[in-house]
Amino acid sequence: MSFLRNKIDQLKKPFLKGAKFEKYAPAFGALETFLFVPNHTTKKGAHVRDAVDLKRTMFMVIIALLPALVYGMYNTGYQHFSQLGEAFTFWDAFLHGAYKMIPMIVVSYAVGLGIEFIFAIYRGHEVNEGYLVTGLLIPMIMPIDLPLWMLAISVVFSVLIGKEAFGGTGMNILNPALTARAFAFFAYPTFMSGDKVWVSEATNIDAISGETILGKLAAGKDVAWNASDMFFGSIPGSVSETSTLWILVGAAILILTGVGSWRIIVGGFIGAALTALLLNQFPVNALMGFPWYQHLIVGGLAFGIVFMATDPVTASQTQTGKWIYGLLVGFFCILIRVLNPAYPEGVMLAILLMNVFAPTIDHYVVNANIKRRKKRLIAVQNIKTVS
Amino acid sequence: MATQKQKKQEKPIVLFVNEEKEPLFSKKNRSLVTDPLNDNNPITVQVLGICSALAITVQLKPALVMAIAVMAVVVASNVIVSLIRNFIPNRIRIIVQLVIVAGLVVLVDLVLKAFAYDVSKQLSVFVGLIITNCIVMGRLEAFALANGPWKSFLDGIGNAAGYGAILVIVAFFRELLGSGKLFGFHVVPQAFYDMGYMNNGLMLLSPMALITVGLLIWVQRSRNRKLIEK
Repeated sequence: MSFLRNKIDQLKKPFLKGAKFEKYAPAFGALETFLFVPNHTTKKGAHVRDAVDLKRTMFMVIIALLPALVYGMYNTGYQHFSQLGEAFTFWDAFLHGAYKMIPMIVVSYAVGLGIEFIFAIYRGHEVNEGYLVTGLLIPMIMPIDLPLWMLAISVVFSVLIGKEAFGGTGMNILNPALTARAFAFFAYPTFMSGDKVWVSEATNIDAISGETILGKLAAGKDVAWNASDMFFGSIPGSVSETSTLWILVGAAILILTGVGSWRIIVGGFIGAALTALLLNQFPVNALMGFPWYQHLIVGGLAFGIVFMATDPVTASQTQTGKWIYGLLVGFFCILIRVLNPAYPEGVMLAILLMNVFAPTIDHYVVNANIKRRKKRLIAVQNIKTVS
Repeated sequence: MATQKQKKQEKPIVLFVNEEKEPLFSKKNRSLVTDPLNDNNPITVQVLGICSALAITVQLKPALVMAIAVMAVVVASNVIVSLIRNFIPNRIRIIVQLVIVAGLVVLVDLVLKAFAYDVSKQLSVFVGLIITNCIVMGRLEAFALANGPWKSFLDGIGNAAGYGAILVIVAFFRELLGSGKLFGFHVVPQAFYDMGYMNNGLMLLSPMALITVGLLIWVQRSRNRKLIEK
């Protein structure tokens, strides 16, 4: 270990204060802290410090994302080959998915981290770790055939306008990954919705039917998949959102390590279930009659609630606020899905909407608490004066 | 008493005389035109007239016409109000200003309908809504009521130009990136589209106008540090 430390110290010399590359110290520091916890000490006041800093927290999320990512790669190949009617093995399917997916991940990280490094050097602060998760999330929620340059522009938009304009990691109002998706969704709608984008290379094959289940329902077509397909995820969709099972595995990791808030996750599912149940009572069209439990396992709802709504920066901070926030995310998701035929999937817009309202929710929760305690104080004072 | 009366008689109401006796294009007068272009821009610094900046900047042509129309209204109303500023009773000044502005807007609307009918249709209600443009009333209240006609004229030119400049810049980017055209002509070569390039649909929606204005503000403030609030 000390050998590695010595080597790094040697490399670090030109980046120290007053040395040649002092300006680029943030970039070096970002790479250094991958290996070692920085030895800064706080100068004023008492601080409670934990070994789990931001970088380790973010890595926990990445580990939680891996099951869904791996299954997403497999499912990409599975959809491609099965729609084509070709015989294939597990590895064929997985490699096809990886071949499609890895360039997207590389582009997302290269562009996003590039902007982060430039801003860190320009503003003279440390490179923040927030993009580690965002960079992986963005390709995971895009259609598999999205051209790489569109992905790159979406990343630029989300990092620059969604995050850096507000002051960088921890200051953003909207979830950066969903900002990127929303940008692509509105800027290049032909690549982000319809029946030709969800199955790999669907545009080259005429016979393919690659609509998502929600897209089919919105168009009034029959759905050939059953509930177990939806749960295990062998359905078309954005890369990693299809398999509820592996998303729940990720959710378990997040909750057990304390990284994600279980209140938001549970609240989100309850909100969606209740709303869908309510709408099931008036089955006017196919989407309103879609069983409530299938609403939970289809589309991006599970992925959004587990990995996006729990983003600690953009979600509500108070415990009660997290319940309200989660319930409303679920509620709006189903509402947008069912009542707005233009958007067959609602979880993206629902979470972005609630991101905007999260500070307001917190404000009222905190104020309610202050009022309650004031009341209690007055009550105690009254008792004292009486006695 | 007698001396006071004398003084009142000595001071006639001045209309066209250059009161301060300074050259027409003195440094102060020039700054009336140049200030609103950058340091005191009505859109990016004072954040006035945003609604129309969002609504009519999808294409360059309507944006340019709108800029000219606003300039005509601001300059003319500034000069008129400045000329009669000493006769307007303070209590009803807003309604007087409104009548003047409304008359000018109707004039502009009729001129557009007569000579540029298609653009007028594109701009639709937004020509009529010039009357509600905060820049017009803002300049009347803040400047024309207290300054002479020549200065008010320059101030009108400056503010309308500052407004128009932002409009044209935003419209330039929105039309170029949103539909690949400038003034209605295709400028993005077909070869780009063949290689897979696509127009950005978000640029045609009004949120992107707001974001473009925001980016302009960002660029302007990082170049001009004194604009940043403490």
